[in-house]
Amino acid sequence: MATPRSTLTLWRVAVFCIALAPLLYWSYQVALNAAGPEPGRYLLLNIGQGTLWMLFATLSLTPLGKLTRWKGFALIRRQMGLWTLAYAVAHLLCYALFILGLDLSRLGSEIVRRPYIIVGMLALLGLVAMGVTSNRASMRRLGKRWKTLHKLVYLVLALGLLHFFWVVRADLGEWSLYAAIGAGLMLLRLPPVARQLPRLRQQVKRERRQPG
Amino acid sequence: MLIKIPQPGDLRESDVTPESVYLSRRRFLGGLAGVGAGLALSGRAQAAAADYTDVPAGHPPAWLAGEIERAQWDAVVPQDPELDKLTPYQDASTYNNFYEFGTGKGDPSKRADSLTTQPWSVVIDGEVDNGGRVALEDLITPSRLEERIYRLRCVEAWSMVIPWLGIPLGDVIARAKPTSKAKYVRFETLVRPQEMPGQDSAFALIDWPYTEGLRLDEAMHPLTILGVGMYGRELPNQNGAPLRLVVPWKYGFKSIKSIVRISLVSEQPVNSWQAIAPDEYGFYANVNPQVDHPRWSQATERRLPNSLFNPHIIDTRMFNGYADQVASLYTGMDLRKQF
Repeated sequence: MATPRSTLTLWRVAVFCIALAPLLYWSYQVALNAAGPEPGRYLLLNIGQGTLWMLFATLSLTPLGKLTRWKGFALIRRQMGLWTLAYAVAHLLCYALFILGLDLSRLGSEIVRRPYIIVGMLALLGLVAMGVTSNRASMRRLGKRWKTLHKLVYLVLALGLLHFFWVVRADLGEWSLYAAIGAGLMLLRLPPVARQLPRLRQQVKRERRQPG
Repeated sequence: MLIKIPQPGDLRESDVTPESVYLSRRRFLGGLAGVGAGLALSGRAQAAAADYTDVPAGHPPAWLAGEIERAQWDAVVPQDPELDKLTPYQDASTYNNFYEFGTGKGDPSKRADSLTTQPWSVVIDGEVDNGGRVALEDLITPSRLEERIYRLRCVEAWSMVIPWLGIPLGDVIARAKPTSKAKYVRFETLVRPQEMPGQDSAFALIDWPYTEGLRLDEAMHPLTILGVGMYGRELPNQNGAPLRLVVPWKYGFKSIKSIVRISLVSEQPVNSWQAIAPDEYGFYANVNPQVDHPRWSQATERRLPNSLFNPHIIDTRMFNGYADQVASLYTGMDLRKQF
């Protein structure tokens, strides 16, 4: 099941393009004047949800790897983590630029006062901590502590969903879907469930081998 | 010897204007008024047509078309038309909070076509002598439609400037003959989940029908109107057709849409947002830059449409700029507590 090096490179490039695509699409909508009368808010909200998509994608890589034993998933883990960070930073920039109009004195008071902004900022800090330690040198330097540090991603998931929850005012339908996906990804990490994943793969293999 | 000191109001016989001059002056003024009115009317008729050429023609029922025809245009206009430029119709009709059709700003314009607005009637009940179910036509036609160009300030800190067509709510309430027990007015939006998909959501936090309320003196205030149109046409469904409230000095959520019931009541009603989050939304919801909402600062607002390069952030004014007209309603009240 070894995948050729060139295919893996192509895979990584493809993932890069797919992760970039939503940003390009939203920017294109704004450029076309198709994003409504408040394009800044359009970007803010879409990129905010996009951050959660990226986080979900990142967190699905380990279960997928266990399920398939294809090393391509592990290979893009850092890339997807950094995409999550990039989306989160872009989300904050939209807020600072288009909602606050770069009035940074207001940024300070808003961060302190509004619970959903505090929670969002904490999640972003977690992502930054993981982002800056995502290089090989940091991994070597931190050793075992690296893994502990990067467990922060679970906290970031919880904070991200809480941030979204507090933004919702009148209908929790969409949020519930996001929360369910997040909960599902966490469930796949519970040892009893996680142990089933490789077995599931074996089972599928065996069934395939049986003549239909 | 009697010395008479003339008072400022005293007149001498020589001050009397000769009748001929007096009459000619009246003729002159009359003529001027006629010319002025003529100018205003024809100018406005042209301006109305020119203002709204990019607005798609509606399909109003015949009676409403007639009412719009004889509307009083520009009955209230912004003092500073440069600052308060009309928001383009395209934006005002596609960027809406109307959770009966979904929580996205674009949801109402995409989904509200399904709403049946004809026939439409409104139940007027509670503390009134002249209540009952009234057809929309009969509710509106006794008054003359007026065009009111108002600022609309959303609690989410964005704002627009919209030319409404409506009648004073006070007219409707007066015709209902409130009893002495009537202290507040309570409004209800239509409940029709088969046409309003947001009401069908299992995750909705609003307990339908959407409900709003005003104190009786707020409801009788001449600035408060029942809207049936905007931009020279009938209301698009997503903007609250066929009948909505417009209270320009309060946050937009007070201006309830697609009204089916108006009740005069003695107790202060609980409005829908207050029921969901009483710490965030009060009964009064007067635009007030000094009282922050827990989610948003209310000191400034984004006047729409804006762009990435210019968020168009302007200072929010007390009572949305209508303080001269309405501040007296709240004399002696602590607006921080009664927000």
